[in-house]
Amino acid sequence: MLHRLQNSRNFLGLAFMLPAGVLLLLFLTYPLGLGVWLGFTDTKIGRGGEWIGLQNYEFLWGDSVTRLALFNTLFYTTVASVIKFGLGLWLAILLNERLPFQTFFRSVILLPYIVPTALSAIAFWWIYDSQFSIISWALVKMGLIDQYIDFLGDPYNARLATIVANIWRGVPFVAITLLAGLQTISPSLYEAGAIDGASGWQRFRYITLPLLTPIIAVVMTFSVLFTFTDFQLIYVLTRGGPLNATHLMATLSFQRAISGGALGEGAAIAVAMVPFLLAAILFSYFGLQRRAWQQGSDQ
Amino acid sequence: MSDNRRKFLKKASAGAAAVSVPMLWPGVAQAQWNNQAEKGAKLRVLRWKRFVQGDEDAYMVNVKKFSEKYGIDVRVDNEGWEDVRPKAAVAANTGGGPDIILSTNDDANLYPDKLLDVTDLSEYLGKKYGGWYPGAQAYCRPDGKKWIAVPLGCAGSMIVYRQGMVKAAGFDAFPKSTDDFLKLFKALKEKGTPGGMALGNATGDGLWCNWLVWAFGGMLVDKNNKVVIDSPETAKALEYGKELYATFIPGTLSWLDPNNNKAFLDGQISVTNNGISIYYAAKNSQEAKVKEMASDIQHATYPVGPVGQPTESHLFFNQMIFKYSKYPKAAKEFLRFMMEQEQFEPWLTGAGGYVAPPLEAYTKIPVWTADPKNTPYRDAVKNMRPAGYAGRLGYASAGAGADFIIVNMVAEAVSGSKSPKEAMQRAQQRAERYYKL
Repeated sequence: MLHRLQNSRNFLGLAFMLPAGVLLLLFLTYPLGLGVWLGFTDTKIGRGGEWIGLQNYEFLWGDSVTRLALFNTLFYTTVASVIKFGLGLWLAILLNERLPFQTFFRSVILLPYIVPTALSAIAFWWIYDSQFSIISWALVKMGLIDQYIDFLGDPYNARLATIVANIWRGVPFVAITLLAGLQTISPSLYEAGAIDGASGWQRFRYITLPLLTPIIAVVMTFSVLFTFTDFQLIYVLTRGGPLNATHLMATLSFQRAISGGALGEGAAIAVAMVPFLLAAILFSYFGLQRRAWQQGSDQ
Repeated sequence: MSDNRRKFLKKASAGAAAVSVPMLWPGVAQAQWNNQAEKGAKLRVLRWKRFVQGDEDAYMVNVKKFSEKYGIDVRVDNEGWEDVRPKAAVAANTGGGPDIILSTNDDANLYPDKLLDVTDLSEYLGKKYGGWYPGAQAYCRPDGKKWIAVPLGCAGSMIVYRQGMVKAAGFDAFPKSTDDFLKLFKALKEKGTPGGMALGNATGDGLWCNWLVWAFGGMLVDKNNKVVIDSPETAKALEYGKELYATFIPGTLSWLDPNNNKAFLDGQISVTNNGISIYYAAKNSQEAKVKEMASDIQHATYPVGPVGQPTESHLFFNQMIFKYSKYPKAAKEFLRFMMEQEQFEPWLTGAGGYVAPPLEAYTKIPVWTADPKNTPYRDAVKNMRPAGYAGRLGYASAGAGADFIIVNMVAEAVSGSKSPKEAMQRAQQRAERYYKL
């Protein structure tokens, strides 16, 4: 019996997959399931709740702060992700060129990514300070502005300021990953393009971009997910203020669930993020990654 | 003053102090305490990170004394008070974490069932040290019977101002009414030395918004816990707030707890609301310019509004022991030890009066009068209104406070982002969610 099992591909496959399966169940499925369950209850911190169906979601639908947080999250994610992609691609292409001190520059690019988020957020907090901002100070000294810019005190300024901080932090991830993708493209393709008289733009459009698409899909999926669920940066910089203008779904969920004690409602906000995250993943999966050529087809 | 006279006064004051010490603690004979810490106990304490260094230094000296006396190891972790609340919430929910947590506002009322009953300890301390102030009881004895936490006191949220600048603006004394308060702010702005108070999601410094609403008769809930923030009284407060905000230094909408400290010590604002930490920092600064500022700093209580009585709101501190603690007796012993006069007085003195005491006897500690500038902070617990005024404290008041409902309503209305009516309606809707229990 034991001998038969030892030679059974199905059994061995199951046995080797089992630890991973248990881990997934314990640390992914269970918390997610618990979150979904809590969203249907009125659970408070330190005490159990009762099933209230869709009441949390009904309330949140009519709650202007939650709607504002949803708008903020979509705005933050869209603007930051597009700019991160543009800047990241540009940097990757630059770094892919034969530059002096190439390795040094590649390392420097990674710096914002390796600094702990909370630390970089504190640095930005100082940069944007309404009284001590180095940016405002420099602009005033140069005679370009008369008074300090209210980076974090005005709702739109605050949204843009947090987006800039997110971009600064997120660009290295996009740039370095795309650089890795660029280095897998054979130089002979560019040589062939050049011989055929293709311009720089045409080489980028017809060689670089198509071959980089699978990497772009993966990078942008992760970038969108990270941005959509951003928490630390906002928590340190603004705590969701001013006037809730920078509250993202993640920070609002935390404020309501943990600080405010409304675990059920906070969980419902967190669960409400899932469809958006799934949409981002599915877009990447169906729209970009499952292209025929990627599976070995020559079409 | 002659040398002889000076010597006489010195001796006389020393003698008076010696005589008055027993009088500070009149109930000592009645107070009984029986408790035996568990053998081999170890304790973990989580507390908010100091705003003044002397607080932490003196606290740790007391912790060391406790460990040496009882042979109990105590590990103390310090976190920003914004971070203590989530950690306490997680500890309450999961049933694991520090044995003792020092937290803010009415956090204890978020999870009363998870906290150890400390009635015996609180009654002992109350009897021995002149009794607990009603505000402290409201926070830690919500049902009027059982103590769910031991009050530590509160960081007084007082007016901090530059005497010279206020005088230059035409005010010899700090205003006592809201009308004069507004006139002062307008005059300060004209002089180019504006004031400013935090309007961001600041746990401590956002409390001035409570004062504003209460000063005009507004309140989040009435005595029956019915939400009544959308009211003509609140509207008046918000209209007043708009005029006040127009005189503030730009940027206060983004201010969190440390911002006004920095702006004040840099000489950019002349009036703000704060604990004693600004003055403490100025007094102890290594920079001559900042140290000089200390002599010009004064403190005052908030002006009284049309409601006709003081409406002070301060940042309260609880000391909670969690039921899951393996060493509840040692934890109680630790809190008793720290609250006894031998430890509490040097700690309070080290902290420069940063925490106003919840026990009446401790208002006689010399730190409050040795420097008259400390005195306004002394009675903060005595005079404060609990956060959930005029209703009962509990889960709803704690949630509403943590969600910055009042602060955001005031910020929306005074900045013009929403009309006062819209801001009040939004606050009403949000608060009803918490109070719908």
